[in-house]
Amino acid sequence: MAENEADAGKDLRLERLTKRFGDFVAVDDLTLTVPRGSFFALLGPSGCGKTTTLRMVAGLEDPSAGRVLIGDQDITHLRPYKRPVNTVFQSYALFPHLSIFENVAFGLRRRGVKDYQQKTRDMLELVQLGPYGDRKPAQLSGGQQQRVALGRALINEPGVLLLDEPLGALDLKLRRQMQIELKRIQTEIDVTFVHVTHDQEEAMTMADTIAVMNHGVIEQMGAPADLYENPVTTFVANFLGQSNLIKTNVIGTSGGEIVLDCHGQKLAVAAARSHADGRSAWLGVRPEKIYASVAGVEDRTDADVLTGGRVTDVSFIGVSTQYLVAMPWGQELMVFEQNTGSRPSFRNGDEVDLMWAPDHAFLLDADQDAHAGMMRPEDRE
Amino acid sequence: MSAAPPSPAPRAAVDGETSRRRGLGWLLLVPGMLWLAVFFLFPTIQLFFTSLYDPSGSYEQGYTMTWHVMNYVDAVTDTWNLFVRSFAYAGIATVVCLALSYPLAYAIAFKAGRWKNFLLVLVIAPFFTSFLLRTLAWRTILSDQGPVTSFLQTIAVLPDDGRLLATPVAVIAGLVYNFMPFMTLPLYASLDKVDHRLIEAAGDLYSSPIAGFRRVTFPLSLPGVVSGTLLTFIPACGDYINAELLGTPKQYMVGNRIQSAFLTEHNYPLAASLSLILMAVVVVMVVLYIRRAGTEDLV
Ligand SMILES: Nc1ncnc2c1ncn2[C@@H]1O[C@H](COP(=O)(O)OP(=O)(O)OP(=O)(O)O)[C@@H](O)[C@H]1O
Ligand SMILES: [Mg+2]
Repeated sequence: MAENEADAGKDLRLERLTKRFGDFVAVDDLTLTVPRGSFFALLGPSGCGKTTTLRMVAGLEDPSAGRVLIGDQDITHLRPYKRPVNTVFQSYALFPHLSIFENVAFGLRRRGVKDYQQKTRDMLELVQLGPYGDRKPAQLSGGQQQRVALGRALINEPGVLLLDEPLGALDLKLRRQMQIELKRIQTEIDVTFVHVTHDQEEAMTMADTIAVMNHGVIEQMGAPADLYENPVTTFVANFLGQSNLIKTNVIGTSGGEIVLDCHGQKLAVAAARSHADGRSAWLGVRPEKIYASVAGVEDRTDADVLTGGRVTDVSFIGVSTQYLVAMPWGQELMVFEQNTGSRPSFRNGDEVDLMWAPDHAFLLDADQDAHAGMMRPEDRE
Repeated sequence: MSAAPPSPAPRAAVDGETSRRRGLGWLLLVPGMLWLAVFFLFPTIQLFFTSLYDPSGSYEQGYTMTWHVMNYVDAVTDTWNLFVRSFAYAGIATVVCLALSYPLAYAIAFKAGRWKNFLLVLVIAPFFTSFLLRTLAWRTILSDQGPVTSFLQTIAVLPDDGRLLATPVAVIAGLVYNFMPFMTLPLYASLDKVDHRLIEAAGDLYSSPIAGFRRVTFPLSLPGVVSGTLLTFIPACGDYINAELLGTPKQYMVGNRIQSAFLTEHNYPLAASLSLILMAVVVVMVVLYIRRAGTEDLV
């Protein structure tokens, strides 16, 4: 389709996109740009508006306000079938009356592509469903159906491919395999992928850019490493990986660093990593950034040090050992240590000091819930 | 579970279980089977014997069984044109019903929103009065001085001396009217089941609304089309009320002939063989139709 080729080289832009269902705001004033050919992941908890956002891009939902553009073309009100956009639906939405082959060939045939047969066979091979072409969707397993849905959208080589949790039903091994496959295809055919997922690991390994969404707004957007190392809200800090959030008071600044009082102990954090502007703030440190040492042995002036910790829990994970350390003010902090074998591990009751580099910590506004975005253990993949 | 090979005892228990379940299945079939035996099978057998009685007998003197197969030949030579007319009328009525009901059922299933149930009640509302009364009302509607005839004459669709009543048009219109709910309801049922997300997916895959309807919605509604056409065509083939009340003997269908053979002439062998022929032909047509509908070339 000429239209497709012309649009393939353009960015996807959402401008102040809003969707209301009655009084409920599902997507709230969303603005973002997905550069052409990039892999963009939309990450967020259930019900935060991910599917609704994709549906507006696909033309299946009318925005209450705002615009959707591909390049300079405003497609906000273009009918779905005229958009150079294809979707892998969360519910698969395979056509039950058509064979797997016909399902995958559907888009090509509607556009009158001549050699659709060969292309369809190739696509079936790609999603490892070669021998299943004659079956009906009901005769496939959930994971196989999901791969049909993927093939049915991919085969059209659209300008923008929307993937709504396309790997959710696959087992871990197949999922890793499909992740690599997806990433390979995406680089190969230069399609813009907008990938919705619950799985933060999936988002971080695959995406060039991640947007973390919560309650219809984007909390933070950026490269995976930036998001992880320098989260700007407690939600992002907890939703992507795990964080220790410690209550502190800002007492001043000195030489590009913010000086903090933490229950009587003095700490510092790089000013560039501060996203707080009140008197009190949450100091965030990732567990693997903390170094625990036997109490009173090391005195590092270049590091943030918290003294008075006592190990209350030791779990050996294999590559690492995870400690819980109770601090004098009652909070338990997580500390992950690589099992390099260079020193014996701590035991319950050991007295320890905790330290980390000031430019590994981040500072967040104190008026946020320290537990926002935290997943219960059973939700983790 | 241990890895030991299953001992014979539990296997026997499993067998007992499944056979008991199968037994229950049969038990549930019993009332329906009995009903069919009493009200369908026995009368049909009776009809079969009646159709082979000697035609020289009469209502007053009784009949003798002479296995008179010629009854069938006589019935066909006598009334083959009525058969042709019946299937033609019923076929046309079924097609018109489908053409009228499909958009109606589609609108109720997809567009009616909260009016859905109300509209469905309207569809079956005619059943609240008797079939006979409603057909009689159509006599008035289609009568020579009636509003429809004069309107059609005014707009010159019908010549000034043209009429509707006592024409094939009236009979077919009556059939359409009377059997339309039997078409609309199964159509509605299968359209209502169509998953909207599939229609969205078709749109996402470059199908215009029309292409999406052709490739997705319509094929998925085929079960409703098949059962609706059967529920309309089969009873319409045997109908005689519409031809009697809205037509003249020139529009009579097989049903009229069977009715008069049974009730007026008391020619039971003729009536019985006509009934059985009608039944056999309809069964053959239905089987062929279902076979064809089961394959994709109906799409
Ligand atoms: N048609 C609708 N009418 C009313 N509310 C809706 C409708 N569609 C979605 N919502 C609401 O909008 C919110 C966002 O829904 P959405 O499907 O976008 O979530 P999601 O982020 O995709 O969640 P999940 O990860 O569970 O798929 C939800 O609270 C949902 O209940
Ligand atoms: Mg969703």
